[in-house]
Order: sequence, then C-alpha cells, then structure tokens
Amino acid sequence: MGAAVGPTPRCLMFKKILIANRGEIAVRVIRACHEMGIAAVAVYSDVDRAALHVRKADEAYPIGAPPATESYLNIDKILDVAARSGADAIHPGYGFLSENAKFARACVDAGVKFIGPTAAAMDAMGSKTRARQAMERAGVPFVPGTSRGLESFEQAEQVATGIGYPVMLKAAAGGGGKGMRLVHASKDLKSALDGARSEAERSFGDSEVYIEKAILNPRHIEIQILADEHGNTVYLGERECSLQRRHQKVVEEAPSPMVDPEMRRQMGAVAVRVAEAAGYTNAGTVEFLVDQQKNFYFLEMNTRLQVEHPVTELVTGLDLVHLQIRIAAGERLPVTQDDVTIRGHAIECRIYAEDPDNNYFPSPGKITLLLAPSGPGIRRDSGMYEGWTVPMDYDPLLAKLIGYGTDRNQAIGRLTRALNEYFVGGIKTNISLFRRILRHPDFLSAKLDTGFLDRMLKQKDDVQLDSCTHPAAVEVAVIAAGMFAVLGPAAAGPSERVSADGSSGKASKAASQWKNAAHQEAMR
Amino acid sequence: MTYEVLIDGNNYRLELDRLEGRWLCRLDGREIEVDAVLPRPDVLSLRIGNKAYEVKCERVANEVHFWVGSARFAAQVRDPRSLRGRVRAVDDQGPRKLTAPMPGKIVRVLVRPGTEVEAGAGVLVVEAMKMQNEIKSPKKGTIQKILVAEGAAVNAGDVLAIVE
Repeated sequence: MGAAVGPTPRCLMFKKILIANRGEIAVRVIRACHEMGIAAVAVYSDVDRAALHVRKADEAYPIGAPPATESYLNIDKILDVAARSGADAIHPGYGFLSENAKFARACVDAGVKFIGPTAAAMDAMGSKTRARQAMERAGVPFVPGTSRGLESFEQAEQVATGIGYPVMLKAAAGGGGKGMRLVHASKDLKSALDGARSEAERSFGDSEVYIEKAILNPRHIEIQILADEHGNTVYLGERECSLQRRHQKVVEEAPSPMVDPEMRRQMGAVAVRVAEAAGYTNAGTVEFLVDQQKNFYFLEMNTRLQVEHPVTELVTGLDLVHLQIRIAAGERLPVTQDDVTIRGHAIECRIYAEDPDNNYFPSPGKITLLLAPSGPGIRRDSGMYEGWTVPMDYDPLLAKLIGYGTDRNQAIGRLTRALNEYFVGGIKTNISLFRRILRHPDFLSAKLDTGFLDRMLKQKDDVQLDSCTHPAAVEVAVIAAGMFAVLGPAAAGPSERVSADGSSGKASKAASQWKNAAHQEAMR
Repeated sequence: MTYEVLIDGNNYRLELDRLEGRWLCRLDGREIEVDAVLPRPDVLSLRIGNKAYEVKCERVANEVHFWVGSARFAAQVRDPRSLRGRVRAVDDQGPRKLTAPMPGKIVRVLVRPGTEVEAGAGVLVVEAMKMQNEIKSPKKGTIQKILVAEGAAVNAGDVLAIVE
C-alpha cells in the first residue's frame, strides 16, 4: 500500500448502484450501498412488488413477468433501468446474471461498471477444459485421471492401475449421475466400462467415457479470494461446505474443522494461482474436493459472491460487499495477505421455504407469523417479513442465520439457541432440520463429508418423536389452545377479553364479532 | 368457558374461568394453576405453575397448529355449547379430493378420468420454486374427475382431482 492506495475519493466512488437481483442478497447489497453513502436501485418482477428489497431501495423499477427469463435474467431490461436511473454500476448478487459473461460484456458496452470479474475471466473459468489446461500449467492439483475419453479397455486398465482403485468412470457429456460407475477392483472394470458407455450413449448420444480417481466421502472446502484491478490477490481462508442435499449446500462454516494453518496456506496459495492464471478480479471462490487424507483437488471456480460469504466476513472482520464495490471503483486492496487473520468460528444455516415432512418440497405461501432471533453472535440476512407471500417462482431461500463464537462449540450453542427463537408461521421451513444437524454427534465431533446429510436423513429423528408425544407438552398445547380461544382477538364477544396490558377489549364490539366469526371458522 | 380440545385423537375437556383477576383452569377435572398473556396475536406467554412457555399459534389451510418449543400439535378446539363444533368424519369409502399442497403450476396430468389407481399412485405433478411435486392418490379407486389442465396455476387447497 503506497501513496496512491487510499480509499476512492468521494467524487470517484459510485453514486448509484443497481442491484440486479432479489431476495436476501438484494437486501444485503442495498444495505452495503447505504452504509457507503451510495443510492441503491432495485428491480423487481410482477410478483415481487411487495418484496423486501423493493421496500429498502431508494428507487425501484418493474422489469416484467415472474419468469426469470422475462425479468431478472433479461439483460436488455436491466440495462435499460440502469440507463433510466443513471446507475453507474451493477451488482449482480449470486445466481441469475452473476456468472453470465455476456451480461458483464453488455455492461461494459453500456458504460456501466459490472461489480465482478471481467467477461474474459468468466469465460476462462466457465469452460471446464480450457480452465483445466490453464490451471494445469499453473500447477493446480486435479483429481488424477484422464481429461480425454478412453480409447480402449486396455487403456482404461492401464490408467486405473496407475492412479489406483477405487476409480470413477464418468461420461464426458454427462451430468446427473448418468454414465457414472464406481469401480473398486480391476476385475469389475470391463463390465463397468461397457455399462457406462452404453448408458452415456443412451442418455447423451455420446459414449465418450473418462476415468478419475474416486474420492470416497470427500469434503467440499472452498477458498474465498479477493483480487483488485492492480494485480493484487489475497485469500480470506476457507469455508467448509460439506453438508449438502441434492448438491445444494445447507450448512457452511468457517474455518473448516479439518484445515490447519499449513493446509490453509497451501490451499490459499493454490487458489491465488488459480485466480491469477485467469486474470481474475473482484470476489471469487475456488472450490476443492478434499479426501480423508487431506489431499485437495481443484473442482471449479465460482466467479461471484457466494451465498455463504457471511461466515468469511465474521471470521475475517472484512465486509466482502464493501470490498467488491471498492475494488470495482478502482481501489487497491486495503489489506495484504499478512493482514488477514482468522478469528473465532462462524456457522451458517440456509433457511429455505420447504417442507421437512414432505421430502423438502418447496412451500411458498403467506408468512402469518415471524419471530426472528437476535442477541450475541447472531447475524440474520433475511429477505422475508411477516405478512409477505413467498412467491412460487424463484429459489426457496428465505434467509440465512449465522452464528458466531470464539470457538466452534460456542458458535453451535448460539446458533442452536437462535434456531429455537426463530419461528416462521404460515409456511413450512427447514428450521427443524438445522436443530437435528446441530445436535448430531457426527456434526458435534466435526465428522463431516458430502454424504453426511443423506445418512442423517435416513435415520429416525428420535428427539422429534419424543417431544411430540411428551405428555407435558401435550398438556401445554391443550391449555394454550383454550387460552388462545379466550384471549385471542376473536374472543371478545360476551366474555371479557383480557389483553397483555390488562385492558379489556370491549372497544369495538361489532368488529370483534366479525372477527369472532372468522376466528371460529379458522378454529374448526 | 368450556372447550373440548382434540389432539392426536385424544379429547381433552378444558374449563377456563376468570375470577378476581386469576384463571381457574381445570383439565379433565384436574385443577391447574395457569396464567397467560397474549403479547401479540398468535403468540401466548403461558405459565403453568411457575414453568414458563411461549406457545405459537399457526393457522394453515383448514388446520390450527400449536407449537410448544419445536413440537407441533394439530388441534381442534370446540366449544361444546356451540353448534359449530361438529367434526366432519373422514370417510374412506366415499370420493376423496386431491388438493394442491402448495401454490404452483400443473405441469403434468398423469392419468385420465376413469383410470383405476392404487393408493399412492401419482395423479398430477405440481411445480413450485423449480421443484416438481407429485400429487398421489390417497386411496385405491377410480379417477372420477380431473379439475385442472396442464399449465394451470393453482393455489394451496385447490381441488385438483377426485378419486372415487
């Protein structure tokens, strides 16, 4: 940091930022804008007029019908709003257009700063094969195997012996587990290869199959990096993201319980090399698979702010969205690698509108009651409010609840306490899932891998059953049911209503009777 | 006031009377010391003896749930003096309605009217939040009617089909 390094002079910092997103992340970015004295412009689809991000913004513009292709993914409409509002930068959040190189390029053409990496860096990372070649030159470790299709069984046998069993056969055109075979021993290789090829042919019209070392029960650990536009790149430690369902992250934490300072240095150095090889700027995340022996392999780079960025913010004390904006405005990184220290422990739960009793299917609808936790070590990034109707058109992420503590145990204790305070009525949420995870012996002892959640969900939730049938709890529910009937707004009528302040509710008898009828209906 | 509260198939008789600023509470004839405050709608601060509880009331579709900690109780509260307190019996013999469990879009209708279905067989697929949810037949029988078309938007509780 030299003389030209200081914060952007007020006159050069953005004056107005358009947030091309919705939900909790749009609210998160609007807050950062306001903290920095920047005006925030919201865009919204027809079903999002009443959404929280519209309420919190300084300006808000409708951009069309609910399907994302007609609104949040529509580049022309968003750039039109940028022009009309006079925004000088666009923050894309995560999802939607955040990793769309075409959008980043269109922003440049329109003279609006895209808060993120360049289109060229996104392109370099978007193509798996090109990314791999550049990365291999930079000495980035990959899962051992062939990057090209296998030509013969003999070749497969040779490669498999070379890298050691177990190995995984994968369809080159694949996805969704089709054309994939796990092979434990050489005697099974022939039939597995034939099976994978014919399945790949049937599923993708392409029988090309390649081979990789199988990483059993891997961990998913990622490194946050920040790069300015002056050639400086730092890593901000790792996040443990092994708790996933259907390849969707559910719980993330920082630091990873398995990563020691030396491993962090090694992974961080690789992540910085990955970013530099791609000419990367702004915030990004390098994902790794880690095996039980702590070998780590490059998986991919996410060229955007991550959903789980708050855990990194809590343990580093850095505000990633502020830094994204300052980097985009041309500032140099205000920290060197030596300035970055990890302090304490943070864990995030992704609160989704989904029904734990119905295989976690989405549960949109109206939020009739919302009791939100607060208190020491609790951060809540939320896009919902009481009375809001969660639309059915988008991702079911409602909010993120993050617990912070001086160590992992305290973070777990605070988060568990906060989950018990959290109540979302009217729709189903996965809050109960986190209570189960946070008391699970394997979670408490940090035995985490990507198979953890599937294994846990196959087990019966004994605690839940216990509390439901607990006679004392039933008794409480019965008495409460009666008390609600007596004290509730509907209960006025002939019997005296006693409210919290002890006043009686005789004031508007007509209205009460009207409500009484509705209440009785509801109670049937 | 006297209420009958039905939870998990058990019927509880609850008497609540206000006397000189205190509650007289009898649960199935047993006297219990209670004290309650409603700090806001749907949230009850309840004391039973000196034990304190925060109980939440949630109205979903045509059910009322009471939450004691993380335990949820579906309850029916009836005032025995009221004629409204009748409970509709669930009849497994007669026609059954398939309703939408959530607002969404019908993406597929899997069977035609007149089709014989087993209990648990998929009848329609509803999509919400990019996830597809198969609506299954609650009983073995014949599809009497399909009331929605593919592409239709539905609300939670809408009747989608009838199985006989």
